[in-house]
Amino acid sequence: MTPDRNPTMPLATDWFEPVRVNRPAAERRAATLVARRGPKKVHQAAFLLNAIRCMDLTTLAGDDTPDLVARLCAKARRPLGEDIVAGLGLTAMPRVGAVCVYPTMVAPAVRALSNSGIPVASVATGFPAGLMPRDLRLAEIRYAVDQGAAEIDIVITRAHVFRADWALLHDEIAAMREACGAAHMKAILGTGDLVTLKNVYDASVVAMQAGADFIKTSTGKEAVNATLPVSLVMLRAIRDFGARTGQRVGFKPAGGMKSAKDAIAWQILMREELGRDWLEPEVFRLGASSMLGDIERQLEHHVTGRYSATHRHALA
Amino acid sequence: MPNLTEALATMEYGPSPESPGPALDWLKRAPFGHFIGGKFTRPADLFDAINPAAGAVLAQVSQGSVKDVNRAVTAARKAAKGWAKTPGADRARALYALARRMQKHARLFAVLETLNNGKPIRESRDIDVPLAIRHFYHHAGWAALVEDEFPGLHPHGVCGQIIPWNFPLLMLAWKVAPALAAGNTVVLKPAEYTPLTALLFADICAQVLPPGVVNIVTGDGATGAALVDHGDVDKIAFTGSTEVGRAIRGATAGSGKALTLELGGKSPFIVMADADLEAAVEGVVDAIWFNQGEVCCAGSRVLVQAAVAERFIARLKDRMARLRLGDPMDKGVDIGALVHPVQAARVGSILDQAVEQGAELHLAGTAVGNFCPPGLLTGLGTSNIGWSDEIFGPVAAVMSFRTPAEAVELANATRYGLAASIWSESATVAMDLAAQVKAGVVWINGTNLFDANAPFGGMRESGFGREGGRAGMLAYLAAPAPSGKERKALAAPAPLPGDEGAGGIDRTRKLYVGGKQARPDGGYSFAAPGGAAPLGNRKDIRNAVEAAAKAGGWTGLSGHARAQVLWFLAENLTARARDFAALVGEKEVAAAIDRALYWAGWTDKLEGRAADTVSGHLTLALNEPFGVMGVICPDEAPLLGFLSTVLPAIAFGNRVVAVPSQSAPNAALEMVQVLETSDVPAGVVNIVTGAQAELAAVLAAHDDAAALWVFADPATCAAAERAAAGNLKPVWAEVRARDWAGAEGRAGAFRANAVQVKTVWLPYGA
Repeated sequence: MTPDRNPTMPLATDWFEPVRVNRPAAERRAATLVARRGPKKVHQAAFLLNAIRCMDLTTLAGDDTPDLVARLCAKARRPLGEDIVAGLGLTAMPRVGAVCVYPTMVAPAVRALSNSGIPVASVATGFPAGLMPRDLRLAEIRYAVDQGAAEIDIVITRAHVFRADWALLHDEIAAMREACGAAHMKAILGTGDLVTLKNVYDASVVAMQAGADFIKTSTGKEAVNATLPVSLVMLRAIRDFGARTGQRVGFKPAGGMKSAKDAIAWQILMREELGRDWLEPEVFRLGASSMLGDIERQLEHHVTGRYSATHRHALA
Repeated sequence: MPNLTEALATMEYGPSPESPGPALDWLKRAPFGHFIGGKFTRPADLFDAINPAAGAVLAQVSQGSVKDVNRAVTAARKAAKGWAKTPGADRARALYALARRMQKHARLFAVLETLNNGKPIRESRDIDVPLAIRHFYHHAGWAALVEDEFPGLHPHGVCGQIIPWNFPLLMLAWKVAPALAAGNTVVLKPAEYTPLTALLFADICAQVLPPGVVNIVTGDGATGAALVDHGDVDKIAFTGSTEVGRAIRGATAGSGKALTLELGGKSPFIVMADADLEAAVEGVVDAIWFNQGEVCCAGSRVLVQAAVAERFIARLKDRMARLRLGDPMDKGVDIGALVHPVQAARVGSILDQAVEQGAELHLAGTAVGNFCPPGLLTGLGTSNIGWSDEIFGPVAAVMSFRTPAEAVELANATRYGLAASIWSESATVAMDLAAQVKAGVVWINGTNLFDANAPFGGMRESGFGREGGRAGMLAYLAAPAPSGKERKALAAPAPLPGDEGAGGIDRTRKLYVGGKQARPDGGYSFAAPGGAAPLGNRKDIRNAVEAAAKAGGWTGLSGHARAQVLWFLAENLTARARDFAALVGEKEVAAAIDRALYWAGWTDKLEGRAADTVSGHLTLALNEPFGVMGVICPDEAPLLGFLSTVLPAIAFGNRVVAVPSQSAPNAALEMVQVLETSDVPAGVVNIVTGAQAELAAVLAAHDDAAALWVFADPATCAAAERAAAGNLKPVWAEVRARDWAGAEGRAGAFRANAVQVKTVWLPYGA
């Protein structure tokens, strides 16, 4: 366990209850924020490369198989073609932040990523709905950790948020954190289900108080997944929490982000709301699957000056 | 340029420059003449238009002379009749074409604007130009509708329009679009510093409009003054400083020119403890750190509730440090260059004085040349120049308050009344503050929200008249002149006894001030039909205004409650009909009773509008009374004229100081008993009889009277307009007699001039 991991602290509802969130204002800020900043040329390439560093390359589908996971891991090891890496003047192949899979896929992923240093993240706790008995959810965490997952993406019980039952929510997440042991815990709030930005803020703070290492927007299975306004509110919660505790809790938007443009937009959001230090995989992950392909195409364009085609790149 | 490894280490955005190429190519046709009668004149008497970010000359333009202005007005006059007669559908097509062509060349406009003004390209591209285009679209619609929607009104004719340098193209659109839609022709003078986008607009006009409909004369203040002074201009519309607005008010007094002024401001930005503080922080960014703070409606006085003040100020400092100051042509820059070295020096000077007077200045960087970093002034009192005066730079003054009432008090302790921004997640609290702040535009949980259908304009010394929407169209339409003859000046009444009759018990009619009958301060009376009348003087006016100011409860009543009083007044007037008939005749009394019923009927029916602006934004255009109004009643129709003017004024919530007919004041004085028995609260109607010319001038100059109606001779009207330049109160001055008994005596103008529009914005979303 790294010494500066965010510990579980007692629930303190006065940290979030008085805080108000105005949706039109958050939407306006999110919209103009991306229009206000735009890295170009080498800076754009840097943002795209950094997105790879911070990417949780993900597959979470019913038709996942060990072979498919192995292919994904191969892409995680070598996210860019050799010619692009050379063209960019990089001395080493970049690597993704992690590979994110279902618990039963952890073992094949760990095998496929051996010696790469790339951690395997596993969803757990009855992903995506989380509506399983508590002991089974905790057991699922222990299973995934036992299989070799270094990071666990848990889902919270959304009902606790709707009922404002913060003590139950806090207790649930704290127990999950304990079950994670040395594995880092990302708390998925299910923001598409929570709907209101006030719910998002409150759940974010409770998750951090309960000891989440990361707070994560969504499962990717909700009707609406990561959005900039939701992310903005979560980052503000992270900032407020940091101001009180000195802890740097990480942020992971997930679901719905498909393009290189998205990769840049979320990094702008991180940089503008939290600062340069928050563009590191220790505190920032992009949960995505198809985004990498677009980033690769854009980087190839950066190298060659020609617009690229998907079929020219290795499939994930 | 750094290599990729370095860029990865810093994760800087790097430069993101917009190309000036096409705009510079367009500027190759410089030097520019004026655009008159559909053509550019030969350039003459040139001066430089600069790029304030680079200090470089962009182009040379012509200094408009009196002769140039004359030619432009002549061209506009020549085109006026034809343009006014052009079917609305055809005018609509022309405005639509202007909108479309501006849209096709949107980036060229944006780049040219940024080059000439120094504002960030992001703002000119995403805000100024789209809003300007939207304005033409909106008014293309009005052109098609004006005949049906404003029956009986007609265009003024030739409009002289003078616009500022802070939003050159947008202010052009705000001026030109409604003028053309209503059927006016235009002579526009862009600001001396920023004439270039207006010249590009002229290029489009040349292709779309008949010659002379839009004329553009470039130049400095002298050119503007020539336009203001021109005898053949029917209306002046000005946006700019309060100082120049005051001079224009003085210069146009008595000229018969219609006038609208959109002037300076020192707008409050109120943050309640229950606000979304992060949203409010971004609100400050959009308020004072938008357009380098060169915004007339900028939220420049930040008022924060004590419970959150410390945290909020800390967040503001943190936030302003993240703003990027630099080359406005960089798409990632938040704050560009101030428009001109003169402006940069002015901002610097006010900041120096503010600090000298005890304020603490926090700047996120150092001011260099025309670049001023964002900043805050803290620890200052309300007398500090940084709190009281418009800085027109990216620096806000911050102060804390304890209660909502104190927030309102601080917010309203200013000469200005342009805009206000209120942040609270409680609709209950926010609407309460919105109702109380003196401002033409109120944004709840937002700031600097604009739309062509949302009326914009000021109260107090921020000017009068509205731009945008239906209210804005009214500023470019005129009502037919009253049918009567021009009034003759009256000799001041002699303070001497006349033939006061004999017999019976003597009647002493007094002034009516604050609900009490009062002897005139001077102790003189003057002869009048029906008995000597008290001769009021400036002190009586002072007392009356004071009494009216105290009667604020009237304004807070519902229309229904006020209507009850007016109905009761009509009832009591009916009961006293015979007494009044002895003074003015039965016919006038009958008409007066009808008029009282008429305004009683209107009292609860002057609805505001919910304007269709931006989706998810409730936008209310509310009719708000001025507060204390002066009314110089017509000399003709002593009773009917008195009631036809005083009743609409009070019906909609004003309190009035009325100066009745000078020749026959006794009917109005007799009304005192009716007012007293009709539950009209003390101070709502105050009556001072005497010399109208003298009393009108005192009322016009009174800083606590917010509006003035003058139905009098030309000299009295002109003097009142001139004196009103002091607090820039709107003056409705009319030199021709009305047919008070007929429809003219209850025209829509009595409603329109009794209220000012307050536009309240409320973005919503769960």
